[in-house]
Amino acid sequence: MQLSTLEKLNEARSARRAAVVVNDTSSGRAQAFIEGEAFPAEWEAAISETLRSGRPKLSALDERSIFINVYLPPPRLVVIGAVHISQALARLAPVAGFDMTIIDPRTAFATAERFQAIELLADWPEDVLPTRPLDRYTALAAVTHDPKIDDYPIRAALEAGCFYVGALGSRKTHASRVERLRSAGVSQEAIGRIRAPIGIDIGAASPAEIAVAVLAEIIEALRHRDPAEQGHAT
Amino acid sequence: MTNDAKMLDPLEIAEAWHGQGRAVALATVIETWGSAPRPVGSHLVIDGEGNFEGSVSGGCVEGAVVGEAADVIASGLPTVLEFGVADETAWRVGLSCGGRIRVYVERIDG
Repeated sequence: MQLSTLEKLNEARSARRAAVVVNDTSSGRAQAFIEGEAFPAEWEAAISETLRSGRPKLSALDERSIFINVYLPPPRLVVIGAVHISQALARLAPVAGFDMTIIDPRTAFATAERFQAIELLADWPEDVLPTRPLDRYTALAAVTHDPKIDDYPIRAALEAGCFYVGALGSRKTHASRVERLRSAGVSQEAIGRIRAPIGIDIGAASPAEIAVAVLAEIIEALRHRDPAEQGHAT
Repeated sequence: MTNDAKMLDPLEIAEAWHGQGRAVALATVIETWGSAPRPVGSHLVIDGEGNFEGSVSGGCVEGAVVGEAADVIASGLPTVLEFGVADETAWRVGLSCGGRIRVYVERIDG
């Protein structure tokens, strides 16, 4: 593989763009292609298939062995609420490979001192999300308990097809949330996708333990997606 | 990608090592059968001194891949390696999990 091919691939990966590399394993030739580019006719079908499935593909062509590797954007985690649980998540999520962003308009919570080395935006989700759209490689966890802050991003995440949408709150809190979303016109199917109470059931008690339970639930959602949408780790 | 993840990312490391003037080979799992520890597409990056980052198995065959990578770095010719079940009596390198994998090893040129 030429260095220029590796550089093109790494650049696409850091810009969160899906990419493939077509390798001829006999000659060592390799070409990188980015999602949205025009692909050469002979590879178009195979490249489109790997981008759609997220699965690399090994095939034979005229006695050559061709390996197409695929690189989907790394999963991202957007947390609504700069609370105690988020502080623990801010340390755990990067180790598990997630890009993490915290959004909270309450400046008393959203301080750089409480959150180091994490992107922290002290603004309303209504103002932030239009400029930084959610996508299907993104998980959203809403943990403020405050409908004024949480409801908008939850709806936005359901509309964007985020692979995980979780909301903190007791069953009672969630029941009122469901009522509000329903009156706002959100479909029953979409509401059913919200994971609440948030986190897998490991009896988590402390904020750090709840963060582990939430991260585990996010990883489960990522890895148990429809195989046609499943990402793959390098 | 987070800084923590980037520090462990074989492709970022491959580019950085090359930038430091080190000879670099990239190993990639291209096929698996049965129970394999790392999925197809996984990378291991190796330099001319035998330093490596990433993984193509659970640590079972990395040593052998690193050895072969030295030849690939010297010749510039890519190769495909195949590893099967470990045979302890023969001291053969292999996978204790019972799977089989094929690993493509190439040099980064530029």
